[in-house]
Amino acid sequence: MITVFDYFTLTMVAIVAVATITSSNLFVASMWSGIYSLLMACNFFILDAADVALTEAAVGAGVSTVLYMGALSLTDDKEQVSRGRKILPLLAVVALGLILMIVTIEHPRVGDINAPIHQHVAPWYIEKTPEYINIPNLVTAILASFRGFDTMGEVLVIFTAGIGVISVLSFKPKRAASVSGSELGKQIRGLHHHAVLRVVGKLLIPIILLFGLLVQFHGKYSPGGGFSAGALFAAAIMLYGILEGADRSAHAMPQAVMLKLAALGCTIYTGVGFVCMLLGHHFLDYNALWPSNPKLGQYYGILMVEFGVGLTVTAVLIMIFNAIANRATY
Amino acid sequence: MNLLGLYNYWVYLFLLLVGMYTVFAKNNYVKRLIGLSIFQSAVFLLFISMDKVAGGTGPIFTGNPVTDAVFANPLPQVLILTAIVVGIAGTALGLAITVRIREEYGSIEESDIRKMDDQS
Repeated sequence: MITVFDYFTLTMVAIVAVATITSSNLFVASMWSGIYSLLMACNFFILDAADVALTEAAVGAGVSTVLYMGALSLTDDKEQVSRGRKILPLLAVVALGLILMIVTIEHPRVGDINAPIHQHVAPWYIEKTPEYINIPNLVTAILASFRGFDTMGEVLVIFTAGIGVISVLSFKPKRAASVSGSELGKQIRGLHHHAVLRVVGKLLIPIILLFGLLVQFHGKYSPGGGFSAGALFAAAIMLYGILEGADRSAHAMPQAVMLKLAALGCTIYTGVGFVCMLLGHHFLDYNALWPSNPKLGQYYGILMVEFGVGLTVTAVLIMIFNAIANRATY
Repeated sequence: MNLLGLYNYWVYLFLLLVGMYTVFAKNNYVKRLIGLSIFQSAVFLLFISMDKVAGGTGPIFTGNPVTDAVFANPLPQVLILTAIVVGIAGTALGLAITVRIREEYGSIEESDIRKMDDQS
């Protein structure tokens, strides 16, 4: 039964992907790509990856669609359809596809427990997590503790990307703006004239924030963690910006504060690592935090690290949204 | 030969090629970014398809010995969980650069921009 759902959503994903790239109106294409992400999230859930599904639904269907819309309002919404056929790219892609298709015949089938990936280090993680870390969600345990180095790198990459967006958009063209950013915000004032959307949307914001808090702090026992929670918080603020105008969301969440919060998140993460070092253990070895009861040390270490992750992701995504949505049109 | 067990990989391949074709052949920068994110999520699908174990559950201990018997592989999930958020940060950077290109050139079509560069 599960596999039937799997095949169904996968087929839908493939169809929607084609629809995404063939629609010449870019607004339509970005809506299609939101639907694509939602279907992809359903499929991840069917494949037993609940944490990934939660993140993909919040990031792919929520945040990325909003960012595409914001960017499109500053550029052109129509794609110029070129006349000539592109034979060479098609040939290259089809040739690569055929080669990879032949390779897949040798792949282990989906769900095969004897596949090499399930024989290597994964059994060790599953067996040792209760002994060393003792939190129910294996994904969080590996993310924050066993492979804490990787996650620290990812958080720093997100921080860097946020700084990149801010610095790219800090340049202003020499000619005067046709509409300034704050004026644009006042002009359209979100969805001011759509009473139903505004009322229902406003009701959703606290629920999304509450769910974000659950995902953030309950991520050790159920699917979730800093990454998905950060995306959820940012989605709630973006919803506020869409409903009430982006100038108000930038006023409520000023860019300078967001930048400091993003840096603070990274500092908390690396700071926990350094505290472990000062206590005489290795970097990010949370056992140091509670020497008499290492499992409790792991618990608090993961809690703080996930908090840092959530803070950075939230702040960076809000910063990016505010920077794009409050940009003046030139 | 159980070819139906390869369906996930074939969809992954199809998405990969759709994304790659968009990046190669399309002229519009926003369209290319969309293609890039399709390409990216094809890779996510590959990893998550590999983690599935038949008859297993999501990798969370419930205290129930029946459901705690077989788990999906948590390792690819960790990798993809972080990759999704890093992916959106990269896409946002690409969109910001596209906005700047539009402001300087007045267009986001690569052929127009090349023409302008050749003239100057």
